[in-house]
Amino acid sequence: MDPGRFTRVDPTTWRIEATGAMRVPAIIYADETLITDMDDKVREQAVNVATLPGIVQASYVMPDAHWGYGFPIGGVAAFDADRGGVVSGGGVGFDISCGVRTMLTGLSVSDVVLVQKSLAESLFHQIPAGLGSEGAITLDAGEMDAMLAGGAQWAVERGWGAPRDLERIEESGRMAGARPDFVSDHAKERQRREMGTLGSGNHYLEVQAVAEIFDATIAGVFGLARDDALVTIHCGSRGLGHQIGTEFLKEMLATAKGAGIELPDRELACAPIHSEVGQRYLGAMRAGVNCALANREILGHYARRVFTHFFPNSDLRLLFDVSHNTCKVESHLVDGKRRDLFVHRKGATRAFGPGHESLPAALRSVGQPVLVGGSMGTGSYVLVGEATSEARAFSSACHGAGRAMSRHAALRHWSGRAIVDDLASRGILIRSPSMRGVAEEAPGAYKDVDAVVVAAERAGLARRVARLRPLICIKG
Amino acid sequence: MALNCSAPPIERRGDWEHFPHGADVGLRGRGATPAQAFEAAARALTAVVTDAPVEPRDGVPVICEAPDLELLFVEWLNAIIYEMAVRNMLFGRFAVRIEGARLVGTLWGERVDVARHAPACEPKGATYTELKVAKEADGAWSAACVVDV
Repeated sequence: MDPGRFTRVDPTTWRIEATGAMRVPAIIYADETLITDMDDKVREQAVNVATLPGIVQASYVMPDAHWGYGFPIGGVAAFDADRGGVVSGGGVGFDISCGVRTMLTGLSVSDVVLVQKSLAESLFHQIPAGLGSEGAITLDAGEMDAMLAGGAQWAVERGWGAPRDLERIEESGRMAGARPDFVSDHAKERQRREMGTLGSGNHYLEVQAVAEIFDATIAGVFGLARDDALVTIHCGSRGLGHQIGTEFLKEMLATAKGAGIELPDRELACAPIHSEVGQRYLGAMRAGVNCALANREILGHYARRVFTHFFPNSDLRLLFDVSHNTCKVESHLVDGKRRDLFVHRKGATRAFGPGHESLPAALRSVGQPVLVGGSMGTGSYVLVGEATSEARAFSSACHGAGRAMSRHAALRHWSGRAIVDDLASRGILIRSPSMRGVAEEAPGAYKDVDAVVVAAERAGLARRVARLRPLICIKG
Repeated sequence: MALNCSAPPIERRGDWEHFPHGADVGLRGRGATPAQAFEAAARALTAVVTDAPVEPRDGVPVICEAPDLELLFVEWLNAIIYEMAVRNMLFGRFAVRIEGARLVGTLWGERVDVARHAPACEPKGATYTELKVAKEADGAWSAACVVDV
């Protein structure tokens, strides 16, 4: 995008004033290089979001943004239900509550390197990943509804997780207000055999090394030290979330029309929060969130099982579990007053600063861990939420590196085999059923994650705590 | 990392093509009728997942309805994605009949064989992004949208 089309507020804040149908400004957080490299569609989509009824303050865009559906990926927008605000299925996306969890292993890099190859093979064979893989769990109707209502708490009760994990998961592992009865039979059928599966695309399980510490005090609170080994899992609500997203997108198109809402893009299909469809979507979407929380808890349990095989005394402790495709009711300060808002984050991470009441006691004094996934070759980051983030973007930050190149273009540039061999020579083992899938996820197809997190830090969204480098990456 | 410029381009194969989208994949089918364009787009959907041949061993009937041709196209792709997911199948042959707002189709395919099909990704849903079903200047119909993977 041409930065000249924005008002430059400061080196990492770019603004488009509200004109035409826009109800609020659009604000993009990025440095000049990142914004220049973004597709023009990001601007168009941020402006479109700013036209939706009941939007509060601004349509925000995170530094890792790229062209999405309706909302840009990296889009954040809050709506006030009592001022005509809407909930948008497109604003949450197809993979409801897709997110990341990071677990401390208590092991060092040198421990992992000793068994790196066999650990990679074992994780690859024990973690169902990709199309055609089958999970070991089949849910009957009763268990499906219990899972959709109970989230990670349900998984823990069934023995697929640890009770101590729950306080380290957003919503304490269970999203309130879930309505399994609002989830279609089709969506439930699609999920029946998918619990404990990783999925494909940009989803992964990684064993990582803490490569660099930026803030030793907060790293200490998080339990991170240089050369520690970690496990990070990125996945979401699998087929169930996809089906809910698909079905409500269609229904909300008609609802928006009926409510007289002019949609600049059909993918922004939405419904007034105070409407039957809006409430039904929220109930189903929250059930989708629980599905994702349960799924990541089960995958974490599987990872523990594999680690216990190699390291009988290992104790994988959850650092935190965050979601980045959600709509959540949160209290935020707007013009000096606290208001309950429906905050949509589409490819953006919640980033509560120090003192937030929802954080567990052990983390409350420093703020929420913000887990930012990079590419399989470059690394990831652990950030911490900043107090300034609330005023900047309703306590939100980036969620990943963000794609710089389409899958299509990546496939023309790289071969999966060459990537696997190249990374192996650098000590990173990739395991995937598809070399084409690896090529589509080539490290070079992503933005510079270092630049993204620095921009997030300079913009006051979240602060760097640690950089992680991959040792093993399991791709679906 | 070395570039592999010999990798085969996947843009266009006969009556379908893939086009780029930020993180996902756009697909377009062409044919003499909307039904043929829908069938070609379905082949493009399968090609998002695998380059390997898919044997037409079993047939699965699908029926979709939508208020207009564009929304019917999204319904059609989503019906295929649904059947892929719940049956753990890939489909390689398609037959479509469109009667007003209603589509009656058959998908022929086989169970996913991970070793042989090496699925590159798993489509999540067809979107309204870049959605267009139209008769082009040369008289052929095209049907296109972006699929979230």
